[in-house]
Parts: sequence; structure tokens; C-alpha cells
Amino acid sequence: MISRLTDDYERLAHAGCVAVSEPAFWAGFDRGSALSFRDYFRQLTEVEPKRAAQYGIQHFCWLCINAKEAENVALSREVIAMIPEFLDKPNVLGIGEIGLNKNTKNEATIFCEHLELAASRDELILIHTPHLDDKYKGTRMILDMLRNESRIKPERVLVDHAEEHTIKHILDAGYWCGMTLYPITKCTPQRSGGHDRAAWHAAHLREFGGGLGAVEPDGGAGADA
Amino acid sequence: MTPLTAKTALDRSYLETRCKLIEIAANLDRIERGAEAGAAVSDPRLKLIREGLALLNRTDISTADRAERVQKLFSQEYEQTWSAPNAK
Repeated sequence: MISRLTDDYERLAHAGCVAVSEPAFWAGFDRGSALSFRDYFRQLTEVEPKRAAQYGIQHFCWLCINAKEAENVALSREVIAMIPEFLDKPNVLGIGEIGLNKNTKNEATIFCEHLELAASRDELILIHTPHLDDKYKGTRMILDMLRNESRIKPERVLVDHAEEHTIKHILDAGYWCGMTLYPITKCTPQRSGGHDRAAWHAAHLREFGGGLGAVEPDGGAGADA
Repeated sequence: MTPLTAKTALDRSYLETRCKLIEIAANLDRIERGAEAGAAVSDPRLKLIREGLALLNRTDISTADRAERVQKLFSQEYEQTWSAPNAK
């Protein structure tokens, strides 16, 4: 969900934030044309870096058509074809957040086509794993598809929104493992260790034989949607 | 970085865990007191919740992986033989 209040950057700056990484995401509704994505990618690569800079914050972003809109394969292919125009902009980190939402065949097809684009240019990849009861199956499917693309280096991939039942699979495959903290229905701060979050995370990485880990908050308006 | 001791973890989480258990109990009461409770009682989601509660109370689990087990209880099954679009 795109939600950007006029004072968001000011509050981030007051909290000591020096940089943000914004993945391309769903707009809260399914966009009707590739032109909508062109405007969105301009927002991510031109507008937001300038707004963030006014508060001393560096703005980075990831580009893709997200899994929620990947059911529309024709539109997705138009958008993927447009992405290379923007990949060399200075604040673009790579392809993301791609992934699965309901683990459908169309989502998997478009995920693989994003992987193809990323592999052809050796781009970093940020991956969204599904939520709730779709997560375990979707994460395993994503790891299968990554494994099938031999050009992708695991250390250039972050598989995000990991939870207790998916951490080990991600780390064992050599990818960065992201744990996203949400206010209520998903991985809450309490689940991640509350005030001792860092120690909990370190303990999990140790338990799973070490690995690449990241913890990040999801403060978006739809964070628990 | 050193994980918390078990006692410290209990000290910190006791009241919160107690509160959550009471919330679960109240939610189950609310479901069973509700109109047309019979339909809800046979709802597969309620069955999952009861299985999850039973998992928490098992004492034959030697490793501390209750959260993972509960997660898997609420998860769709993964089939290793699914046809990935980029399978070689």
C-alpha cells in the first residue's frame, strides 16, 4: 500500500533514520495499465529521493510489479519490459519485492520472469514471501524457483518476511533472511523477542548454523492487512 | 550476544503470556456463547485452534520449537513435486 504523509520524512529524520529502502508495491488497488507503473517508477526514482533529501535521508528503491498484481500476466510482462529503463537510476537497488501472494501459477510465472531479468543483469533481488497459511508453501516454492536459476548468487538475494517455520529453509539455501515486524497479526515484536530482539535474532542465526540476517519494521498502513 | 536466561525470559513474559491465555479463553467463550454456536463448533478453523492449544501443552517435545510447530499446523501443505515454470 502506498501511503506517504507529508510529515513522514520529518518523523523519520527525528527518529534518527538516515536512509530508507522502498520496495515497489501494491497501490491498494490493481493498476489498469503499464503507464500507471511508469509514473510509479518515476515517483520511486525521481520524486521520492528529492523529498527524502530535504530531511537528510537517502532514498533507495526496488522495482517490479508485485505479486498481488501478477495474476494479470499480460500487464506484468509489459511492466517487466519497462523496468530496464529505470534500473540504472542512482537510487535503484535491484528487483523487488517480487514473490508470491496466493501461490498461483500466474504468480509463479511472473516471479520467474523477474528472476530472468535480474539474472541477466546480475541485479540484487528482494523477495516477498506470502503471509499467514500461504507462507510455508509459498516460501518453499520460491526457493525451488531460485534454485532453478543457476546464474543467481544467493548472497545477492534477500528472502523477506521469514517466520519460525521458514527461517531455516532460507538460511540453509544461503540467502539473506529478512524478518519483518508487524503490529498485530503476523511476526510481532513480542514474537521476535520483545526488548531482547537482537539477542533472539542472533540466537536463531546461531541455532541455524549462522547466516545472513536482517530485521526490519513494516510501518505501512496495510502492514497487518 | 547472549540469549536471556530462562528465568529472565519467564519474568519478562509471564504477565503478557497470562494475558494472552485469558484472551484466548475469552475468545473461545465468546464463540461458544454466540448465537448458532453449533455451526462454529464444527468450523475447521476452531479445530485448528484447539489443535494448536494442544500442541502448546505437549511435554514430549524435547526441543523448543513450539512456534514452528504451530506455524506448520496453520500452513498449507507444500508439494515437492509441483511444476515450477523455470524447472529444467
